[in-house]
Amino acid sequence: MSSFEYASAPESKAIANIASSYGLFIGGKFVEPKKGKSFNTINPANEELLSKVGYADKLDIDLAVKSARSAFTKVWSKLPAKERGKYLYRIARILQERAREFAVVETLDNGKPIRESRDTDIPLAAAHFFYHAGWADKLEYAGVGNKPKPLGVVGQIIPWNFPLLMLAWKIAPALAAGNTVVLKPAETTPLTALLFAQVCQQAGLPEGVVNIVTGDGITGAALVNHPDINKIAFTGSTEVGKAIARSISATKKSATLELGGKAANIVFDDAAIDEAVEGIVNGIFFNQGHVCCAGSRLLIQENVSDEVIEKLKKRMSLIRVGDPMDKNTDLGAINSKEQLKRIHEISNTGDAEGANRWSPECKLPTKGYWYPPTIFTGVSQSHRIARDEIFGPVLSVLTFRTPAEGIEKANNSMYGLSAGIWSDKGAKILWAAKQLKAGVIWANTFNKFDPASPFGGYKESGWGREGGRHGLAGYLASDAKVSK
Amino acid sequence: MSRLDINKTYKLFIAGAFPRSESGRVYEIKGAYKKFIANPAMASRKDLRDAVVAAKAAQSGWANATAFNRGQILYRIAEIMQGRSEQFVDEICALEGVSNKAAKTQVDEAIDTWVWYSGWCDKLSSVTGSLNPVSGPFYNFTTPEPLGVVAVFAESKPSLLGAVRTLAPVLAGGNTAVLIASESYPLPVITLSEALATSDLPAGVVNILTGKTAELAPWVGSHMEIDGVDVAGLSKKQEEELKLVGADNLKRVFRFTPSNHPERILGFMEQKTVWHPIGL
Repeated sequence: MSSFEYASAPESKAIANIASSYGLFIGGKFVEPKKGKSFNTINPANEELLSKVGYADKLDIDLAVKSARSAFTKVWSKLPAKERGKYLYRIARILQERAREFAVVETLDNGKPIRESRDTDIPLAAAHFFYHAGWADKLEYAGVGNKPKPLGVVGQIIPWNFPLLMLAWKIAPALAAGNTVVLKPAETTPLTALLFAQVCQQAGLPEGVVNIVTGDGITGAALVNHPDINKIAFTGSTEVGKAIARSISATKKSATLELGGKAANIVFDDAAIDEAVEGIVNGIFFNQGHVCCAGSRLLIQENVSDEVIEKLKKRMSLIRVGDPMDKNTDLGAINSKEQLKRIHEISNTGDAEGANRWSPECKLPTKGYWYPPTIFTGVSQSHRIARDEIFGPVLSVLTFRTPAEGIEKANNSMYGLSAGIWSDKGAKILWAAKQLKAGVIWANTFNKFDPASPFGGYKESGWGREGGRHGLAGYLASDAKVSK
Repeated sequence: MSRLDINKTYKLFIAGAFPRSESGRVYEIKGAYKKFIANPAMASRKDLRDAVVAAKAAQSGWANATAFNRGQILYRIAEIMQGRSEQFVDEICALEGVSNKAAKTQVDEAIDTWVWYSGWCDKLSSVTGSLNPVSGPFYNFTTPEPLGVVAVFAESKPSLLGAVRTLAPVLAGGNTAVLIASESYPLPVITLSEALATSDLPAGVVNILTGKTAELAPWVGSHMEIDGVDVAGLSKKQEEELKLVGADNLKRVFRFTPSNHPERILGFMEQKTVWHPIGL
């Protein structure tokens, strides 16, 4: 039987106006870093240079924090809450207006399929601002007391997997609650944050309320350790999250940490198998598996395991890997050389420890960073690929016999960010949801996000929540907790 | 000759039993007028570990008890304490050197604190959970769940109330606890364990250690099966040190203002969000 191939349907780059270089966004203006250093940001799908961005060091961080402090004391904290909210509404609207441009820049800088940046990242980022805009003048109803107060200046550090969306998760609630921010985007994906700085200018946001400093881990550490920061909000690895927790242990700084995960996606034998297979694919291959809550540990009830794996392989053969700018692409480029190396390194331990690797036949582009969709079967709980976060399109498959065993295996992790449940029995779903030690449970669905829905992990997956009323609380001073 | 009193041996409270410290150590407690009162146990690292094992074992039973049931048990603690209130008053007077009236006020307040937190058990989810209006055909709700095992360093004074107002919220949220009594004022807390033991509280839900705070704090900080810590009874310095080592498993470490507040419960709870599609 002959099959029809998809013709390529590339999105145009024309809408993306990427400057050849960017400074740091401090005090409402783009300024050159004090030491004049910069670094390149490239398109991971073809390794072409996109732009040069400023490298912020300690001196620049100090300027940015001073600018944020001054904006906090002189302007932002004095503004009526209603007006504060209006700025956020403006930002949300401008993001919607410029959504296509943002989607294209995001895909060029990150390597994710344009379909995902267009349909998920950018609309959700705009929605986040719209949602939080409405909170600004309703904080006394947020469940943290009658006179909620902002914390002050917040240092925010975000990862490269959802660059603009993570920025929105951080900046929207911080501003709505009345804080000012210094945000450091990830080293490999600074562009949409710099574009966002322009949005702040267009919205007329008072100078210094949002400051964006580009750089690397050293820049981030300088931000964390700056003495005039009141709170750190970080999304990234558990390792760095713990380092942040240590560096603020003797300070008054509070923190929210959204860290790693190794989510169990549990398929019970009464699940609708075809739906579950779609959910498994979405769970691990969405955004190249660069998702902290990715369903990277598939736990299948033993009696349906063969059927699920067979259907999964068949479905994986249909995944289109390639040009992220092609609207038909399912799996884009790995974000960086470094990340690709890490995926290889951890996945290779799967082979070495005796698990069985399988990938569909697929042609990978010769330039850029690529990894095929991959599953390992015959994985046991002690294997590194069942314990460590790979952060790539690699799925570890384990089996279980009884529901209790499934839950026990699911909870056997230092992480507790998310989990999936596939079953047609309501009582069983609610039972499993209760047993699972994870902050977000997706039942008969996976990888769903919404500004109104709190997100965050149990155990070593972090501190606090982002999104919803619960996330907002993380940006308001508590009247019962004593910060030393 | 007048009758000689039968003095109490003050021991630890672990897994519902009253053992001595495995280390065989005790230390001397003197009262307000430098008068010898008792030799409570000086708990060791091993005693702490035993207490955590007991707390861990009791965790799922307590967490999965109905909120109504937990509320009744917390109320029962208040009932039992009321019956023993004279004993608590005498102990506080001897230890803290306060007036009988002041001691009575403290005991009353401690009892009322149990009643206040008892009432929270079955209201917590409705007050602090949420049904989230997400943009799509999904049912999405958030509910608080207990963290697991929480260690509590009780405030030294007021000796009884300081312990109760740190312990009660931890239990109300469904956590199990290891309470480290104040080093200098531990006795009313040990007597509290006798009330707990007769309040239908399942064994292991609360475990109480006495001993040297400076010795136990670092072990609490580095214990990987302790999920949260209330550092009310620690110095700033000890708190910092505990937070530093506690980062190894991202312990939730808090100090609260000395008042009753639902945040004392919520600080040691996680919020769980569940999504399910809606459709035919």
